[in-house]
Parts: sequence; structure tokens; C-alpha cells
Amino acid sequence: MKALKNPLFAFISLCLFGVAVEFGLDAYIQLTILFICVNALMAMSLNLVNGYTGQFSLGHAGFMALGAYFSAYASTKWDFLPSNFSLLSAFIFTLGSGLVAAAAGFIVGLPSLRLKGDYLAIVTLGFGEIIRVALLNMDFLGGPRGLANIPSIGSFPMSFGFAAIWLVICFFTIWRVMHSSYGRGFLSVREDEIAAESMGINTTSMKVRAFVLSSFFAGVAGALFAHFTNFINPSSFTFLTSVNAVIMVVLGGMGSMTGSIVAAIFITALPEALRPLQEITGVDLRMVIYSLALILVMIWRPKGIFGELELSDVWRKYVRRSA
Amino acid sequence: MQDFVQHLINGLSLGSIYALIALGYTMVYGILKMINFAHSDVYMVGAFAAYYVARWLGIDAQPGLPTLITLLIASMVVCSVLGLLIERLAYRPLRNSPKLNILITAIGVSLLLEYGGQVVFGADPKVFPEVMKDFVIFSAGGVELKSFDVTVLIVSLLAMLGLQFLIHKTKVGRAMRAVSSNISVASLMGVNPDRIIAFTFVIGSALAGVGSVLVGMKYPKIDPLMGMMIGLKAFVAAVLGGIGNVGGAVIGALIMGLSEEMVVGYLSSTYRDALAFGILILILIFRPAGILGKYSVEKV
Repeated sequence: MKALKNPLFAFISLCLFGVAVEFGLDAYIQLTILFICVNALMAMSLNLVNGYTGQFSLGHAGFMALGAYFSAYASTKWDFLPSNFSLLSAFIFTLGSGLVAAAAGFIVGLPSLRLKGDYLAIVTLGFGEIIRVALLNMDFLGGPRGLANIPSIGSFPMSFGFAAIWLVICFFTIWRVMHSSYGRGFLSVREDEIAAESMGINTTSMKVRAFVLSSFFAGVAGALFAHFTNFINPSSFTFLTSVNAVIMVVLGGMGSMTGSIVAAIFITALPEALRPLQEITGVDLRMVIYSLALILVMIWRPKGIFGELELSDVWRKYVRRSA
Repeated sequence: MQDFVQHLINGLSLGSIYALIALGYTMVYGILKMINFAHSDVYMVGAFAAYYVARWLGIDAQPGLPTLITLLIASMVVCSVLGLLIERLAYRPLRNSPKLNILITAIGVSLLLEYGGQVVFGADPKVFPEVMKDFVIFSAGGVELKSFDVTVLIVSLLAMLGLQFLIHKTKVGRAMRAVSSNISVASLMGVNPDRIIAFTFVIGSALAGVGSVLVGMKYPKIDPLMGMMIGLKAFVAAVLGGIGNVGGAVIGALIMGLSEEMVVGYLSSTYRDALAFGILILILIFRPAGILGKYSVEKV
């Protein structure tokens, strides 16, 4: 029971926040908040591979696409549960899309994780693009037209609560994994692969495990994205979607879960806040600012804003001490 | 049969353009052991430089050899300066940091050029000036040899021979080879590695500039995101031949160009972009060092 206390507390406070938003803010901001949830899931899951295991993956959008398409197809074509169980069936479909993405992650990861650094980045990028091109050529999935009329989960508090379940599951799963012996294995692979190998760690299996778990949550994020937007097509999951996730991980700090969440909030909300500026200049400055920020962070603060610290550590280290 | 020969010609001319860009990747990789993701965007800037120079000089409607040479020089100069700036401002501060950070910086520079380009040049595609007259030089049995393809082949062959001469016959080339085999020992021998690295960026970027004019001549539609796909394919070509190996880059690029034309000709053009990655994955799984590459042993 004690192990459930923290996640339950987090979940309830998230839900309360959602209900408060429902009464206080308009639909535009509500949708932005839902996208923040999707991006936070993407960032946390990618952090497991890029941040904790130190393997650079650039194909996360591919797994997101698989999850999105599975859940979208399943929820429009199959209904085996009566309609008043729609939340349960949405949960099952989301879980299923996570599993599909995880299976794809296993297939992709097994050969490609023998590579390192730059090559791994390019190969994962390649797999992401291959998944996208394959979806583009599949007629029963709509091809380039995409899938429309995907049922949404419900009103804003319902959708947000649903996303909150997955956020909490994702956060605490990765948290527990990183504090188990597997997590130590992941970290040792990041720090020094050869030393880890000589300590008896099967580095390839560690990397594949991290990759599979990461693609599971990417698939879930994709499924949520499909249900929130009600429409998907292959161009929702391009190279840029992967890069966006990477930017969140790097800016937040490679190896900091709360850092990823903070960066996801920041990066999703920033373009909306910059909209007035965009209307004045007439061009999309978002990516220019991101890329400049990426370069400057790499030069001045190579570990990202939070480094390996969590928000609670930062609080303990800088705020409480000075008080 | 005549289809096949036509595809062969197209593939060769596409492959020699890939080769010019792949050489930039392979040279930088050979010296710094990093993938310069921004290389393909330097190429994009080169195309725009040629476009604006042609409009500014008013030669965008006067096709001919002088136009070709002017645009080549303009684009090479702009690309070299840009390559130099990127090396100095973004990569040199990170020379000794972990590989992952350098990789992320390179992606950042690439995105900055692409989206900065959209802000500066506008996101809409522009029509590249007519550099040469396109006419059929030679035709036999339905196979046409066009002047574009011949020009592309000649110019890229000249550029590659020039590079070969530079690397193997000059003092700078010897210094480049020394730095690529061991930076610290080369600096003990009186080579200034910073200068040689900067020089490598200049040469690689200048070759990208040549490539950009040739592509602009063949496919006269340029936009700020044009570097993305061609850059990836050129990179795959470099890996295919064995990255860091100049001859390998050319062979890999020719294989890439030919197989791409064949896929478009005999299968479907929608698979065009997936092919590059398919080749890459197969190569990296079965022969990670590429066709002409050497395996290296990791020392602890």
C-alpha cells in the first residue's frame, strides 16, 4: 500500500488540476494542456533511452505513429464492449498500442543497438522514416489521407484524467526501474560501456530493454495524441516530431525525469505564448529559437538545464539551503 | 533495354551529385570523427547564394558557360565562409566534449540553418536561374544524352580530381592526412590542427556549393528544406563506401544514385526515400565499416 501512496497522490492532484482547468480556462488552453501531456510522455520515454542509457535515438516519432495508428484503427473498427464502457475500451486500446510499439521497438532495437553514437542516431532516424513511408503506402490505414473521426475520450476532465493515469504510470514505472538493479545497469551502460561489459552486464540486452520500455510509452503517447486530435496522417509523425522530443530531453536535462516534464511544458506552451510575436514578424520563429537554444545549451550547459537532478533535488540543493 | 540505359545515365548524373556532397561528410568525419549534420544545409545556402547572385548580376536569363562558372564561384565562396563560421562558432567550443553533445549541436545547427533560411529566404520554393541550355547532345535508339548530365559529370569529375590532387600532392593535404590519423601527434610535428580542421570545413563546404549549383541546374526548384533528404542520402552514400574514405564516398554515391533511379524506374517513386535507409540498415548490420572502410579495434 505504501508504494501506491505517491502515485495515487500525484494522480489525484493532477485530476483536481484538470477539474479546476475545466471551469477556469477556454478550450484552446485545454487542448494545449492535453498536448503538454502527450509531449511529457514522449519526453519521459525518450529520456529513458537518450538520458539514462546514453543511446541516441532519433526515431521516436515512428513508435508514436505506430501507437497512434493502432489505437485509431482499433477504436474506429472494433467495438467488443458496450458503449458505456468506452473508457475501459480506450484504456485497453491504448495499452494495446503501447504493446504494438514495444514489439516494433524490439524488432528495431535488436539489430540497431549494436551500433553506437552517430550511427545509431541515423539508423533509428531511418527506421522512423521507414515506418512513416510504410504507413503512407498502406491503403487500409488511409495512406496519405490519414484516419479521421477517431472517437475522443470524452470531456476535458475525462481526457485529462485519462492522460494523467498514463503520465503517473509512466513516471513511476521509469522511476522504479531506474532505482532497481536494471536502472543501475542502464546507467553503467551510459557511463562506460566497456567497463560495464567487463563487470558482467549484458550491455546489448540492457539497451534493448530500455528501448522496448521507451517505445511502449511512445506508443501510448501516440494513442493519446490520436484521441485528442481526432485525426492523424503520416505527416503528423515526421522527423521533426522526433527532434522535438530530443529537444525536450536535452533542454530538460539528460537523465532528469522532472526536467523532461518541465521542458515539455515549456516547449509546448512557448509557441502559443509567442503567437503575438509571430503575427508581428509574419514568420514561424519557433524552430529558430529552439535550435538556437539547443546549440547554446550544448555549449554553456552540456548536461541540460537540470542536469541529472530532479526538481526535488534542485529544491533541496538550492532553495532550502539558502532559506 | 533503352529504358535501362536511360536510367543508367540518370543514375550516374544523380550519383555524381551525391558524391560531391558525400565528400564533405566523409572529409569532416575522417578528421573530427563527427557527422556534420549541417553540411546539407550549407548546400542549401549555396543554392540560394547562387540564386541571389544571379538575380543581382542580372544573368538569370543568360544561360551559358560564363554563368555556370560565376554561379559556381559565388556559391563556393558563400559556402566556404559559412562552413568556416559554423566550425568556429559551434563546433570548436565543443572539440573535447562527449560525442553525444557534438551530435546534438550539429543537429541544432542544421535546424537553425533550415528554419533561419525559411525566415530569411521565405518558405516558398524559388525557381533556380537557367544556368545552361538543356539540349540533347547525342541520341541513339531512344536513349538521350543531355547536356545537363554531361555538365554534371564533367564538373563533378573535375572537382573530385582537384580534391584528389589537393589531398595527395600538396603540403596542406599531407597535413590533413596527418591530422586525420592522429591529431595530437600531428600537432607535435608542427601542424596546427585548428587551421587544418577549419581548412577541411572550407573544402567540404565548397564542394557542397558545387553540388548545389549542379542540383539547381537539374532540378530548378529550391527551398530552405531542400537539404534534408539529399543530405541524408549523401550521408548514406558516405557510410556505404566507408566513411572517412574519399574514394569510398564516390563509389557509395554512384551506387546510391543508380539504385535510386532503378527503384524509381522499375518499382515506385514513393519508395524512393525509404530505399536509402534500407541500404543503410543493411550495410550497418552486415558490414559496418562500409565497402572500402577498415575495421578499427577499440582500445581501453
